[in-house]
Amino acid sequence: MADKDQLIIESGEAAQPFKYAVGMPGSKFFAETRDNKRLMGEKCPKCGRVYVPPRGICGKCYVKMDEWVEVGPLGVIGTFTILRFAFIDPETGHQKPVPYGYGFIKLDGADTLYQHYINIEDESKIKIGARVEPVWAENRKGTTRDIEYFRVID
Amino acid sequence: MDRAAIIGVGMTKIEANKSRETFADMAWEAVNKALDDAGMTIADIDNVVTTSSDFWDGRTISCMAVGDASGAADKNISCIEGDGTYGAFYGYMRALSGSYKTTLVTGHSKGSQGVSSLLTNAAFDPIYERGLGMDMISACAMQANAYMNKTGVTPEQAALVSVKNHGNALKNPVAQLPMKISVGDVMKSEMIADPLRKLDCSPISDGCCAVVIAHEAVAEKFKKRPIWVRGLAFRTDAFFFGDRDLARSNALAAAAQDAYKMAGITDPKKEIDLIELYDAFTYQELLWLEEMGFAEYGKATELLAQGQFDIDGALPVNASGGLMAGHPVIAAGLYRIAEIVLQLRGEAGAHQVKKAKTGLAHGVNGLCGQSHCVWILDQER
Ligand SMILES: [Zn+2]
Repeated sequence: MADKDQLIIESGEAAQPFKYAVGMPGSKFFAETRDNKRLMGEKCPKCGRVYVPPRGICGKCYVKMDEWVEVGPLGVIGTFTILRFAFIDPETGHQKPVPYGYGFIKLDGADTLYQHYINIEDESKIKIGARVEPVWAENRKGTTRDIEYFRVID
Repeated sequence: MDRAAIIGVGMTKIEANKSRETFADMAWEAVNKALDDAGMTIADIDNVVTTSSDFWDGRTISCMAVGDASGAADKNISCIEGDGTYGAFYGYMRALSGSYKTTLVTGHSKGSQGVSSLLTNAAFDPIYERGLGMDMISACAMQANAYMNKTGVTPEQAALVSVKNHGNALKNPVAQLPMKISVGDVMKSEMIADPLRKLDCSPISDGCCAVVIAHEAVAEKFKKRPIWVRGLAFRTDAFFFGDRDLARSNALAAAAQDAYKMAGITDPKKEIDLIELYDAFTYQELLWLEEMGFAEYGKATELLAQGQFDIDGALPVNASGGLMAGHPVIAAGLYRIAEIVLQLRGEAGAHQVKKAKTGLAHGVNGLCGQSHCVWILDQER
């Protein structure tokens, strides 16, 4: 049987560009992380739930939210995983060094969980309910990476 | 209310890489199998619903690209993005609308042609979540940890799902991964994302499934005994994982209750004979069974260990091998429906269960079970 080669069609430098609107709530959220190292949530005027990340609308009550409250910066691990298998990092296109930790963080004062990296230097401390703090980036640009990761402080 | 039934099913073999076949080739095979099964020709089909995902197919309006191979030329064709159970839900509504008598529903995907982690990463919020690299496996690992933390279920206990389903697949000719394995084998397999090991995860798969849904006016005019839709519902949870209770699935509990109500079922444990559900990961089979009322929360593992969910058990679950034995995204839920249809007809072959009058098929759309679709199918109207 003949060797099979794949037909490869490349597009050179061209990519498929796409621009996502961050939205006004997202803009405020990231301005606060960048300028003030503060985490802000939006509070529903009807049910009182505090949402992080902010998204402008409480889906359950189907009402607009416009009240801001500061949350965290401390919180607890809501759930987590430790990645052992190298996947391609969508931010770099390269495999991310493993292992690394992901978690959903219940920030103090918030009713939802906020997704981020968890530092796993001491894996034995990574447990649901463990108390964590954010480690802020030196150079903050107004993205989720204004926080480098959360770390256990117990 | 008018009634509708499934009168034909066709499945390609599920494989890791159908390198010789295009999407249209797979659709051609599944559609012709479904037509043969029903004793129909394409002229007997009056409209078509295709189910696919543009990201997985690597093209826009992916559903239209398989129209010709699905027999949709000159017909009314409509497209659903999501799991095949949702495409079939739409096909069922078309049957009930009074405007259509015979609806062909297909679902296809080829996991082999893309990079699963990047494709599922693209399902996350682009501003807050995607850049962190979360994908289906890491998200479900977090759900697994939340579930295990709340219930005390252990990875060893969940591993038995993998043992059972891969073992069942030995009897199913369309399954991709038939394997005789032990709990020890699962626990020794590579750790992907705590607590999920390689054998806790469903594989990447290629496949296409087709079903024919008929209005009651014509359901008995073709070759096969119609399998009637008695109950059907879906419910959806919040998009952001952080808004949900990941240790539970409220959407599934609600969808199941809606479907039971429509079917007039008051005691699902007694009235449902077998289940095909969306076990993308081992813990999910347990959690989904519990939310649908087949075990108390955190206790499905006990019934599993007793053998109750085995092919010859009191309530066979995934006698086909389920998603553990083949997970063509999008098509997977439609395969569940087709499997229940074969079982209720007594045509499932080596994995036929003994008592099969009423069956439940379950599909999932969205990561970690954001939305669930529950079908109650029956031999009797
Ligand atoms: Zn509200």
